[in-house]
Amino acid sequence: MMAVAAQSLPYISSRRGLRGWKTAAIFTAPALILFTLFIVWPVIEAGSTSVYNWNGLGAPRAEKFLGLGNFQQLLGNKTFVRALGNTGLILASSLLIQLPLALGIAQLVARRRWGSVAFRLIFFMPFILADVAAGLIFRFVFDGDVGLVTQLSMLFGGGEIHLLSDKNLAITTILFVATWKYFGFHMMLYVAGMQAIDRSLYEAASIDGANAWQQFWHVTLPGIASTIRLSVFFAILGCLQFFDLVVPLTGGGPLNSSHTIVSFLYYFGIARMRVGYGNAVGVTLFILCVIVALGYRRWIMRND
Amino acid sequence: MTDRALPATRYIEPTARYVDPMWSLVRLLILFLVAGVVLIPILSTALGGLKTIGELRTNPFGLPHEWLWDNYITVASRERVWQMLGNSLNIGLFTVALTLAVGAPAAFAFAHLKFYGEQLLFNYLILGLTFPFATAILPLFLKIRDLNLLDTHWGIIIPQVAFGMASSVLLMRNAFRQIPDEVVEAALVDGASYARIFRSIILPLSLPILSTVAIISFVTSWNNYLLPLVVLNSPGNYPWPLGLMEFHSLYTTDWPSILCYITLTIMPAIFVFLIAQRYIVAGLTAGAVKA
Repeated sequence: MMAVAAQSLPYISSRRGLRGWKTAAIFTAPALILFTLFIVWPVIEAGSTSVYNWNGLGAPRAEKFLGLGNFQQLLGNKTFVRALGNTGLILASSLLIQLPLALGIAQLVARRRWGSVAFRLIFFMPFILADVAAGLIFRFVFDGDVGLVTQLSMLFGGGEIHLLSDKNLAITTILFVATWKYFGFHMMLYVAGMQAIDRSLYEAASIDGANAWQQFWHVTLPGIASTIRLSVFFAILGCLQFFDLVVPLTGGGPLNSSHTIVSFLYYFGIARMRVGYGNAVGVTLFILCVIVALGYRRWIMRND
Repeated sequence: MTDRALPATRYIEPTARYVDPMWSLVRLLILFLVAGVVLIPILSTALGGLKTIGELRTNPFGLPHEWLWDNYITVASRERVWQMLGNSLNIGLFTVALTLAVGAPAAFAFAHLKFYGEQLLFNYLILGLTFPFATAILPLFLKIRDLNLLDTHWGIIIPQVAFGMASSVLLMRNAFRQIPDEVVEAALVDGASYARIFRSIILPLSLPILSTVAIISFVTSWNNYLLPLVVLNSPGNYPWPLGLMEFHSLYTTDWPSILCYITLTIMPAIFVFLIAQRYIVAGLTAGAVKA
């Protein structure tokens, strides 16, 4: 048997080579074509038309060529600069508030203790709601007339509170809702990471006299370091593309104070059919994402 | 209870974990507080739908004095609500079907076939993981327009499938790889075709990952907002997030009705989540962990 198998091996492998290639072509073509036609090609087109003043009808015309004009116009646009800043704020609050909160809570519910499973589910629940629904729920919570926050303030003798229509507070309110919606997802990642840590490490540490804080610092954190790096990566990419919550909460207002990069793209590019201009926003976003992704993979996740 | 005494007690019985009762209390306090912040907005939305606008002002947190089920019945008897949930279901199911039909064979090829350019093509596809969808949206809109797919569900399904392809193929390839190459080799020696191997060996062994990918693409589709917003015009075609926004803009201050509408549209998601929570949590987090 062995001899027969060995003899037929070259035959099989050469046949497999050809057949394998044909099969591979048939098996991978649909995926590659779909991806190329509907993602890669549009991204390239976004790049090539971002240098025109174009409304999307017909081909972009040579006399409407602006070079980097769209980008210059963007950087001179106060609303866009504000949108960039807001996106940075969302990113900062995600990294400095949301993820540490998720980590702290994960520490409380990772082990089998009273209520752990139930609390995990409760905290994860906002993540499965659509942003639009979550946004409208908080539109109600923060409504200056009937909202919970206003009612609470009145209970304590205060007046109506209009958080979402205050141009200094609208973006902060959005940050709060984003934390509410997404911390449970990161918490769940950390819980999974913590549960994968070998329990004997904790026993060894406690025999050595490490207290709870030292165990967290020297066993838990190193144990979930790769999970944290990954969750930070997703948080950054998610924040750069932050959009869905903005629409139901503020629509970018009041006075265009709460736009993000993508909501700016939607309201000023897509809704007004300024294709070239909108694509310049898209390209800016693309460059940011690619720089972050490549840099992060190169320097921070290189060992994962 | 002094610090010095603790290690000693632990040393005698290292497996029994000592938990400070004070700390247990603090833990529960924190957890209940956060759970309150998470749940109160959702619960008061559901309860708010049972109140009058006047009672919303005077009794925001409590149970309704009089349970006005009529609010819910009025909203639920709008045909539009069900039509939109149906649209979302339709778009979601086709997205899942197409994602699996296109993604699984590709993942199989990348996992078990050796062919020229394999690594290059795979890396090309994986590039999609970092692409921001918003960058493609305007040219995509023009493409969909040129294909005459504007205002159709296919105009949403196809780009959604294309956009999810990178992560779906990656997840499935990693899982398919767990099936040893020897199994595939043996089947080849026995004269099975690759298509047969894929159908009769790989797929039946990979139901967990297939359902994971199905869950991810369905939830993403069910909650998608930007793409339908750009592609669809007629309210009859709207999936529920668009319908919800439309309803809100029509009845801006009629909060009880809006709250009913929100509750009715998020209920399927919460219901399914509570039934299948283990699979949904595992599925949605797997996308991140294994990527």
